[in-house]
Amino acid sequence: MRYHTPNSFEDATAIAARATGTTRYLAGGTDVLVQLRSDVVTPDDLIDVKHIPGVKEITRTGDGGWRIGVAVAGAEMSEHENLGRDWPGIVEGMDLIGSTQVQGRATLVGNLCNGSPAADGVPALIAAGASVTVTGPGGARDMAVEAIPAGPGKTVLTKGEMITAVNIPARGQNGGDAYLRFIPRTEMDIAVVGCAVNLTVEGDKITSARVVLGAVAPTIRLVEDAARAIIGTTLDEAALTALAEAAEAACAPIDDKRGTIEFRTEVAGVLAKRAAKIAYARARGEAK
Amino acid sequence: MSKIHVNTTVNGDEVEYLCDPRETLLDCLRDRVGLTGAKEGCGTGDCGACSVTLDGRLVCSCLVLGAEAEGKEITTIEGMATGDELHPLQRKFIEHAALQCGVCTPGILVAAKALLEKNPDPTETEMRYWLAGNLCRCTGYDKIIRAVMDAAQEMREAS
Amino acid sequence: MALDSDTQKFKYIGTRPDRPDGLDKVTGRARFGADFSMPGMLHGAILRSPHAHAKIVKIDTTRALALKGVKSVVTRADFPTGLTGEDWNIQENVMAGEKALYDGHAVAAVAATSALIARDALKLIDVTYEVLPHVTDVDKAMAEGAPVIREGAADYSVPEGLHPNIVRYMDSGRGDLEAGFAAADLVLEESYKTEAAHQGYIEPHACVGQLGADGKGELWCCTQGHWFVRQMCTAVLGLEATQLRVTPSEIGGGFGGKTTVFIDPVALALSRKANRPVKIVMSRSEVLRATGPTSSASMDIKMGMTKEGKITAASGTFRMQGGAFPGAPVDVTTMLAFANYDIEHVHHIGYDVMTNRPKQAAYRAPGAPMGAFAVESMLDELCRQLGLDPIDTRLKNAVKEGTRATFGPKFPPVGLIETLEAAKAHPHYATPLGPNQGRGVASGYWMNWGGETSASVAVGEDGTVQVSIGTPDIGGSRASMALMAAEAFGVPYENVRVNIADTGTLGINEPTHGSRATFASGLATVEAAKEAIGKLCKRAADKWGIDADAVTWEDGFAKPSGPNAGEYPPLSIAEIAAEMGSTGGPISGHFESSPDGFGGSFGTHIVDLEVDPETGRSTILRYLVVQDAGKAIHPAYVEGQFQGGAVQGIGWALNEEYIYGEDGCLQNPIFLDYRVPVASDLPMIDTVIVEVANPGHPYGVRGVGETGITPPLPAVANAVRDAIGVRMTQLPLTPPRVLTAIKGRG
Repeated sequence: MRYHTPNSFEDATAIAARATGTTRYLAGGTDVLVQLRSDVVTPDDLIDVKHIPGVKEITRTGDGGWRIGVAVAGAEMSEHENLGRDWPGIVEGMDLIGSTQVQGRATLVGNLCNGSPAADGVPALIAAGASVTVTGPGGARDMAVEAIPAGPGKTVLTKGEMITAVNIPARGQNGGDAYLRFIPRTEMDIAVVGCAVNLTVEGDKITSARVVLGAVAPTIRLVEDAARAIIGTTLDEAALTALAEAAEAACAPIDDKRGTIEFRTEVAGVLAKRAAKIAYARARGEAK
Repeated sequence: MSKIHVNTTVNGDEVEYLCDPRETLLDCLRDRVGLTGAKEGCGTGDCGACSVTLDGRLVCSCLVLGAEAEGKEITTIEGMATGDELHPLQRKFIEHAALQCGVCTPGILVAAKALLEKNPDPTETEMRYWLAGNLCRCTGYDKIIRAVMDAAQEMREAS
Repeated sequence: MALDSDTQKFKYIGTRPDRPDGLDKVTGRARFGADFSMPGMLHGAILRSPHAHAKIVKIDTTRALALKGVKSVVTRADFPTGLTGEDWNIQENVMAGEKALYDGHAVAAVAATSALIARDALKLIDVTYEVLPHVTDVDKAMAEGAPVIREGAADYSVPEGLHPNIVRYMDSGRGDLEAGFAAADLVLEESYKTEAAHQGYIEPHACVGQLGADGKGELWCCTQGHWFVRQMCTAVLGLEATQLRVTPSEIGGGFGGKTTVFIDPVALALSRKANRPVKIVMSRSEVLRATGPTSSASMDIKMGMTKEGKITAASGTFRMQGGAFPGAPVDVTTMLAFANYDIEHVHHIGYDVMTNRPKQAAYRAPGAPMGAFAVESMLDELCRQLGLDPIDTRLKNAVKEGTRATFGPKFPPVGLIETLEAAKAHPHYATPLGPNQGRGVASGYWMNWGGETSASVAVGEDGTVQVSIGTPDIGGSRASMALMAAEAFGVPYENVRVNIADTGTLGINEPTHGSRATFASGLATVEAAKEAIGKLCKRAADKWGIDADAVTWEDGFAKPSGPNAGEYPPLSIAEIAAEMGSTGGPISGHFESSPDGFGGSFGTHIVDLEVDPETGRSTILRYLVVQDAGKAIHPAYVEGQFQGGAVQGIGWALNEEYIYGEDGCLQNPIFLDYRVPVASDLPMIDTVIVEVANPGHPYGVRGVGETGITPPLPAVANAVRDAIGVRMTQLPLTPPRVLTAIKGRG
């Protein structure tokens, strides 16, 4: 395994573009090292991104949004004073990954690029309408986060491409987001179901919404029907029921060691309701 | 394959070692630096027995490559006491019988110390969630939590 | 809080001093299995079968041997033939012979100059398998047409015509079942299942072995019992027993899983071939796949009760699989299933079944939790349907001194009633419950054990004392031995140094298992101390010129036994020790026995939990352990055993299970998906130590380590029943199972 420490994205993508075997990028390493140790993936080229300037920064952008560097650890996101105030759902999703020790290293981009449909950091990012900046041999472009996952363990990124930043829109007024996951213990499990809801309100009426489900399909799903079920409502019982039904209908899960199809589907509806209520309360300023 | 030459600081001491790129920081601490206090319980970041701090941040050393330690400051369980004076957490663990077999103890002590440095007055719930990544199979966690709470109180009163 | 018995007054026993190895363990200095090296050491790695059941057609090690840095490769061909019985079973498990019998079964091993080279070399060993059909479920393995694990493994107990996978059969009981059930007002029948769990010790197995061509060897390993390791390694490798010296490291948990060998003979075999020491450390997935989880069980129970709450009859059929070898502890399961209660008419049938799973090993009260889950759940259901209080009903049927046990002998003094009364009186039992919350009660028992024991004490030149025992310290037992030695000698606890001796230093010691160490090593320590004290008194007597039996020992001093013996100022142990070189030489004591009188321990648990009705997830709110310790030598470590056993039981009840795929391979071999309780899953675990002294031990000690895991499985299930109104008969009570039950309610 060759270990590289490039000082720029150009150098990093150049190494990746000319590599002939298996290439992995190393940010927090909380997936890469596990796969290396268990002989699942032994990269021929391991490109450590942490020596590139700016990768550890969380910056407020001109329009009031956020740019997050690719090597920002979950703990740093949680400790940031204002990021969590704007986007508590994004921060709590990332914060749920692993233990305190894992939080000291794990990154949002790593969580996205590992491609797990159960990734905790991703649903709220999609619900927020976030994008990532991708660079590679063909130049740089922005892509919606939901366009990145391609299947379990896969992304759409091609050889020589890498993500250089996460771009989160401005929160704006009267908005709130939330992420919930179901796990059998209280910590240290992979999500059996994950649900993120981001919405805006005008008075008590929901004016826009995005609902995202994780761990219930081969990729994380943006569920438009679920959003439609609550837009224009005050999140009353009828809207919540419709939301749960739409969430359940969008599930295409598997039976595995973490959950059954029936269970995941049922709990997707439960979490959608619970997450929507939290996001709604946050949007109305009634909760943090 | 050629080895990587790493210069780093461990418990305040300058340390250098040669390592294979695939070796973790845990491997290097145990097999190259001679510090066996951090243990490998799982190799997947699920048990916390390998906990150390890296530039002040609590991490699993099994999830850090030996090569990534270049230029960093690492503290391990071996650096917790000052000469022959134990840290209050270490004393309280003995006093409260917060260990039975003792293999998880180094990782829990490092993690608990990191907690109290960040939050000197945690609630029981905050403590349990902070330590959720440190598995103990012997004690059921009860006496561990009591020891940390008692140490936290002593440290608050001393400051 | 300990409820003291009045029979003895102690100076040191019952106090809570710092444990002697505390400093080492909180500073990282203590050396566990993987913390040891020898000069010239190689690193070993083991190649494991990816198939649940397969014929091993050919193993080609040429490419592996050619890799630079590889110094030896072994397969079964490097082990002697001709073993029989359990020796053969262990050898077959340590290194596969003609067949790979389970996913993870060892088929070859490599020693190389680095761990990475050894791991890389494994990929160069070419094994040709012929995959065979497999079976992992106990009931399926007994059925006609099930794949045969091994022909001819059944013993004389198995009736004709049963499937070859059934290797032992037992049938025991007394009375007239039909009459007993006829006398009942309510008879219930139910089937229950438990899945295999792993002991989950945080330290993976590790060893460094050195074996010469001359048959002499040294082995460092983490183990609960190094004499067992010596016996097994020498048998498996064809060595003479005393030519292998085994030194135990500190041990990072065992719970029974480290009372046998997996990697040690392999390290020694690699070492012999390479003529260098070899270190092997298992990974976590190797531990879960290829060490010794428990059995899984499928059980049918029938019990009858009068409307006043008297159990009139009980019968059970217990089917357990112990992996690809005989040994599922179903004999213990049948023995203890109804043991809490005075029942005239009982019947137990047990089947020991083989499957394509790893060879089971002991896990804290092996066999008992499964039976307890079934029987205590059934008892709870009987109480519920008859409108009876679960603790009062248990009190009505509880065994006590003189009761004839359901497994035969009469009980000596035991404390079940005392634990039930203490549980009933505890404020926990009166705490009000809220919506979706439930309470469960259960009692359990472990008979404990004596076992071969050999211990020595010796007096140091300054009058301090050293104790050499053969039971590794897994939970703080050095402190208990030091307390007992301090009490016996009458010297301060701090003046006692306890050493865990290697196999070359003492006679045979059984492992730290069976909840025997405090009892048996403790008893031996006390008896060895008495021998040494006799010698100390003789030195004083000689100095004073009086008869030895005119001297007594009190509080660390030799004293004339009465005014008739003479007026001599007492001689301290330090004074006698200072002169011992010129008064007759070293002063020590030794004691060996296989003691009876170990006395079992009963426990009663109460648990409150809350079930989320929309997801089926359970949260433990409150947990109480009440257990009889006989005499708590060091109460903090007794409490620790209570709490640890309870939490392991909670894990087994709620989330821990071995999950096999359609391909017979283990799907959850890492801690991410083998879900042991984490700190945030639990509240504090309350404890009450009951002390009904055991007359078989000088200080009244009963072992306590194992009983604690038997009540939690049914207690948790009973609490879920209370919370959701549905009886769950299959463990673990994972959220999908509980949610299905909730949704299925009328």
